[in-house]
Amino acid sequence: MAISRRYFLKSGAVALAGCAATPSFLVRTALAQENRAPGKDHPIIIAIFQRGAADGISMVVPFGDRYYAAARPQIAIPEPMRGADERAIDLDGFFGLHPSLSSLKPIYDQGHLAIVHAAGSPDTTRSHFDAQDYMESGAPGNKGVSDGWLNRYLQVSPEPDASAFRAVALTPALPRSLAGPAAAVSMQRVASFGIHGGKASPELEEMFADLYKDTFDAVKTLRSATQQQYTPTAGVQYPNTPFAQSLQQIAQLIKSNVGVEVAFAEVNGWDTHANQGSSRGRLANDLKSFGDALAALYRDLGDQMRNVVIVTMTEFGRAMRQNGSGGTDHGHASCLFVAGGPVKGGKVYGRWPGLAPEQLYEGRDLALTTDFRNVFSEILVKHMRTPDTARVFPNFKPAAGLQIL
Amino acid sequence: MQDIKHLLSRISFGPQPGEVERIQQVGGDKHLDEQLHPDRIDDHSADERLAAFPSIRMSTSEIINKYPKPQQFARRMKVNTADPDSRRRIREMLRDKGMQPPEQVLQDLQSQRLVRAVYSRRQLQEVMTDFWLNHFNIYWNKNADRWLTTSYEMHAIRPHVLGKFKDLLMATAKSPAMLFYLDNHLSSATKGINENYGRELMELHTLGVDGGYTQRDVQEVARAFTGWSINRPEMSGEFMFRPRIHDNREKVVLGHRIDAGGGVRDGEEVIDILSKHPSTAHFISTKLVRRFVADDPPPGLVQHVSGVFQKTDGDIREMMHAIITSNEFNSPAVAGAKTKTPFEYAASAIRSLNGETDGGRQVTQAIGRMGQPLYQCQPPSGYPDRGEHWMSSGAVLERLNFAVALSANKIPGTSVQFDDPVKTVVARLGSPEFQKR
Repeated sequence: MAISRRYFLKSGAVALAGCAATPSFLVRTALAQENRAPGKDHPIIIAIFQRGAADGISMVVPFGDRYYAAARPQIAIPEPMRGADERAIDLDGFFGLHPSLSSLKPIYDQGHLAIVHAAGSPDTTRSHFDAQDYMESGAPGNKGVSDGWLNRYLQVSPEPDASAFRAVALTPALPRSLAGPAAAVSMQRVASFGIHGGKASPELEEMFADLYKDTFDAVKTLRSATQQQYTPTAGVQYPNTPFAQSLQQIAQLIKSNVGVEVAFAEVNGWDTHANQGSSRGRLANDLKSFGDALAALYRDLGDQMRNVVIVTMTEFGRAMRQNGSGGTDHGHASCLFVAGGPVKGGKVYGRWPGLAPEQLYEGRDLALTTDFRNVFSEILVKHMRTPDTARVFPNFKPAAGLQIL
Repeated sequence: MQDIKHLLSRISFGPQPGEVERIQQVGGDKHLDEQLHPDRIDDHSADERLAAFPSIRMSTSEIINKYPKPQQFARRMKVNTADPDSRRRIREMLRDKGMQPPEQVLQDLQSQRLVRAVYSRRQLQEVMTDFWLNHFNIYWNKNADRWLTTSYEMHAIRPHVLGKFKDLLMATAKSPAMLFYLDNHLSSATKGINENYGRELMELHTLGVDGGYTQRDVQEVARAFTGWSINRPEMSGEFMFRPRIHDNREKVVLGHRIDAGGGVRDGEEVIDILSKHPSTAHFISTKLVRRFVADDPPPGLVQHVSGVFQKTDGDIREMMHAIITSNEFNSPAVAGAKTKTPFEYAASAIRSLNGETDGGRQVTQAIGRMGQPLYQCQPPSGYPDRGEHWMSSGAVLERLNFAVALSANKIPGTSVQFDDPVKTVVARLGSPEFQKR
């Protein structure tokens, strides 16, 4: 591969990147200077999928709804009480964060974390596979759409001479969200992304470079940019989970200025059919490492967060009433988180449909009031500057924006 | 049956040197017939290699005793687990008592899978085992499943891989590993049902997501299975029906009435209804054709195989015969069109080089790094059977690194021999063609 002028430019800029002591605004990206109007930053979206259908009413607790606690005798999160631990953390007098998500509270208080509740996919399936597929294709109910919504974003905003890392997933396989004709790479470990053949490596790379072009473009880009050892911003500690490690590597790639514009990570294990616990227990533990990982990413990126929007999603929520085994079966709406510099946070968005029996979807689940595509569209339009989302979300007309951004 | 290379790429873990020529002599049809009757094939040399993995022949209670839960063992031995050296001390104490940590059970399972894939002469049986273990996926890491999975594979799956679908389905339904993995052992008429198994039984095991069931059916099926439970999952781990927590009232499943008072027969009746349902015939046929023919299954063949399912009471051997002898299977268009999974890739690479492997940690971990850690797929859907899932950039690099390490004999416990220059072998194993079958 001929190394383009851009890569030389970038490798000049990256010597500083990843060095925690250097404020990131000093490391102006060569990309920003080349591809964007002067003074305009390069917007980045980080999409996170909670696979398995995360319990929205445990993550963001509607303690103000009088039907909530009675439906969940063993697993409800106790309402907030001043000075008491292991209870919901009050957000606005009606909603509270699960106590395990306490590390997200400062970001909410600073106005950079928004929550959209009663959100999700309008399709009524309770199948994990179908619901994930619909959310990732961005076309609920339509099994004929073969590419993912993030890939279609790349298609409608083509970038000539884009970096091999324009779209990257820190996952074992390329996620459905990024599947499609636009190039996207996926990897699990930045540090081992290359050929390990000792002295023969360059020769072996040469041999395979044309056969697996996108992959080896990415290998070369990464080699010109990353340091061997990545150190997060001083004081930031990521939890020791695969998900947190993916977020840390996303931060590493963003700080290395390899041209990341779309990043993706996923976290499994939200299918809490049994013994999910309350303020303590299985779900609490998983939420702790989830929230801590998000907060670590946020703090690690520091002032770069002004160009970044993080959005979380989950395929559906869980039934409002606990089942016979201290868990929750498949439901309908859940909630999602949107965080970043451009986000008008400190608020729970979306109309609350209520938990009275007649307000529930099919008499059992939190009803849906916000289509996930409204949230994604708003991020694409206002943050990623996508002129037209009609091609990203086929047959979908965005409702009046939630004004999250 | 002209293209022997194609035949072997689908009903085995890839040809060994000289095998295509050897089977050309025998004839493809005769070879297929042999493979469809694995019991008639002598496999003692592969069986001898399995002696290295003692846990695969143990009952669940033996496994529980010999590979105890570290915390329980520590409590019994009064070891303070907060102490940093405790893990090492616990390992030493286990060894002194002739015990091992449960991770060894997983290693034995992974090792025997690879050793059989490489050495068993009953290749189709191994391919079918791989298929059904993925279809009826369970997750080894889920608590008690660490001790229940071995018995699941050996007694619920393996005996039925070419038998009647209904027997296979019933064996999985009554297997403690599945009852635990999908929470059915907790589903109770008195405390409340758990819908997990009821839903996945229809969505993933039988009818398929568009197979015509409703949320109401999910609940009715879950009620039918209340009481299908496990006798002390962490002591003996045997199937047990608990009448006290069974919902004995009438149910209506997919339009069939199940009378009140049926007890354990309710669940059996559901299995019967599901295994006779045309959607099941269609769904299972679709998945088999996808595995053996093409990622996008030819609809005509699916319909034909679905007919065979319905005519033969779900005889898997008959369905397989119909698939492999079909025009669609033998069309040049589908040769080399399937992408190997990491497991297939590793096994076929070792086989193609007359390799010697103990199936040990290094080689099974490499399969995991390539994206398919065996027995560790968390969602109940199992791994997708489509090429694009396996060929992400990170996974491609892991495959190339596997090719490099294998050809250089740098994988402890696995060695290969060849006359070509190393670079030639790496180029072949790393080529896009070798990723296909």
